[in-house]
Amino acid sequence: MREQIPQKIIHKYLRQKKHFPHVWCSGCGIGIVLGDIIRAINLLDIKKDDIAMVSGIGCSSRMPVYIDVNTLHTTHGRAITFATGIKLAKPNMKVIVITGDGDGTAIGGNHFIHAARRNIDLTVILINNNIYGMTGGQASPTTPVGDIATTAPYGVIERNFDICELAIAAGASFVARTTAFHTIEAKKIIAKAISKQGLALVEIITQCPVIYGRFNKKGSAVDMLKWQRDNTIPVESISKMPEEKKKGKIVRGILVNKDIPEYTKEYEKLIENVSKPQNYTKTHKKI
Amino acid sequence: MKKNDDKKAPQLLQGNEAIALAAIEAKIRFFAGYPITPSSEIAELMSRELPKYEGKFIQMEDELSSMGAIIGASIAGLKSMTATSGPGFSLMQENIGFACIAEVPCLIVNVMRGGPSTGLPTSPSQGDIMQARWGTHGDHSIIALYPDSVLESYELTIRAVNLSEKYRTPVILLLDEVIAHMRESVILPQKEELNIIERVKPDIPPEWYVHYKDSPDYITPVANFGEGYRFHITSLAHDKYGFPTRKIDEVKTMMDRLRNKIYDNLYDIIQIESYKMQDAEIAIFAAGVVARSAKEAVRIARKQGIKVGLIRPLTIWPFPDYDVQRMLEKCKDIIIAELNQGQLYHEIERVWSERTKSRLHKLQRYDGLILSSEQILSKIAEVK
Repeated sequence: MREQIPQKIIHKYLRQKKHFPHVWCSGCGIGIVLGDIIRAINLLDIKKDDIAMVSGIGCSSRMPVYIDVNTLHTTHGRAITFATGIKLAKPNMKVIVITGDGDGTAIGGNHFIHAARRNIDLTVILINNNIYGMTGGQASPTTPVGDIATTAPYGVIERNFDICELAIAAGASFVARTTAFHTIEAKKIIAKAISKQGLALVEIITQCPVIYGRFNKKGSAVDMLKWQRDNTIPVESISKMPEEKKKGKIVRGILVNKDIPEYTKEYEKLIENVSKPQNYTKTHKKI
Repeated sequence: MKKNDDKKAPQLLQGNEAIALAAIEAKIRFFAGYPITPSSEIAELMSRELPKYEGKFIQMEDELSSMGAIIGASIAGLKSMTATSGPGFSLMQENIGFACIAEVPCLIVNVMRGGPSTGLPTSPSQGDIMQARWGTHGDHSIIALYPDSVLESYELTIRAVNLSEKYRTPVILLLDEVIAHMRESVILPQKEELNIIERVKPDIPPEWYVHYKDSPDYITPVANFGEGYRFHITSLAHDKYGFPTRKIDEVKTMMDRLRNKIYDNLYDIIQIESYKMQDAEIAIFAAGVVARSAKEAVRIARKQGIKVGLIRPLTIWPFPDYDVQRMLEKCKDIIIAELNQGQLYHEIERVWSERTKSRLHKLQRYDGLILSSEQILSKIAEVK
């Protein structure tokens, strides 16, 4: 008699044929994030048909091909714009954008802030590995000052973006940060972000041991994961901590979670108003 | 502008307005754009009209994102369009390439203005003819239509949307600034006269679905996102399922498909107008607003007993090689009249061969004004 074959959650969501082994280097954190996203989707029990995953270009943006939902791999920096079109065309779909530090905040920076300003219901998972990995290790907007990259052989002199601060300033309704190390926390945060009505940004700090880590002597993947553990502090405990312990540490957790009008819902209200003749005369201005 | 229920009643419309009205009739239900002269009226009208049809309008942060948004909406099942002019059209090239490789139907209206760069924002020019063909990088095929009147702007907008849905390709509608802003009295076709092509949806189980299915005429059912068929779309070279590939046979199949779906269907895509060409010894080749001046010049010259005719492409890309070849074989002198430094001339020169024996004459203007019928007449007198 055949024994029951154990099934992992990820097996329900991955496309098994043809696509493995994946493109990511050994020790890379992006696969961990894919696992987090799958577990979050499973936790929320959303139908696969109702999810669109949209990405740009880069290491992180290769993720959609592996997951069995409606998947779209677009041009560099533009994932949010394609996602905006999908969301407006099918407002009931859960649209998840996968982007990276270069894709999302350099070439796609303008789309990023305007999506936050509009507060359109997208879940933006920004995987921050502090480098352009796929093109071989050039400096990104989040490569720390002084660190080495192939286009910064004498060390980066540009100041970095704080991605969460950027999203908060631009008006996003949900902003959170976590790391590849904190995988349980990441699952919970991603689930909350997907459930949030409005633009939800989740920055996930991940290790790139093969390129960024090697250039900057950060050690192995395990060392870099330990760094994430030791150099981040949860936002909940920040008020109880003495100043010297907070110094130089990165804050994790849900930084902003507010209820503000969401774009697709506002547009549906607009359609409803325009369709009523009595309202129509009010809203209609002759140009 | 208001919708006229009175059948056959003429309306006074701008080219830009006619395009917006036609788009609504063609069931365009998504518009994303960014303001730019001389195309802004299209966006303004769509922002006013679309919500009445439960359609969506969004003003994006730039033309890069406008193009991205219309592709996204098209993938999710809405017929989509944008409208722009030269500088914006340059920014859209990136994602026009995406729509080509991923085979996403969409309409891009480019109301041409003087270039390069900011150039002459409010003046006519035909300087984007080559950009419409080769603006995005890499080998690709494209369909571009080119009306010469307000009524034809309406008709070709509907045709453009139909061709984009049928062949799963971006279609560009090139428009002269003069046509965009000129008002003409037009009687729009009645709804029942219009042939609107809808996207054919698959009726097979999802596991049987192939997104880029082989078919002799390249017309296959297409699934939209969120309707039970889960598939992958990528900007990378891909196999017939849409998954990235570097296998040489799969890449070649994809590249051949992108070309052949257009070039095997030329009979369906190409439209030209042939005016008084039966006995013509001199032919004028002109498109858009220049063809209007040329038509007037032909009428006047005919009264003077000069055997002159006009060939006007309504489909500018793919280029009507066959019709041009016939013109070159038939007429001894060809005047290529255009508002640029020879973009159409180069194409005619490509089709020309020793065998055709005809002589090619340039008539070009690129100072922000259109060619008048007098200028074309004096050119006719010069070559006669």
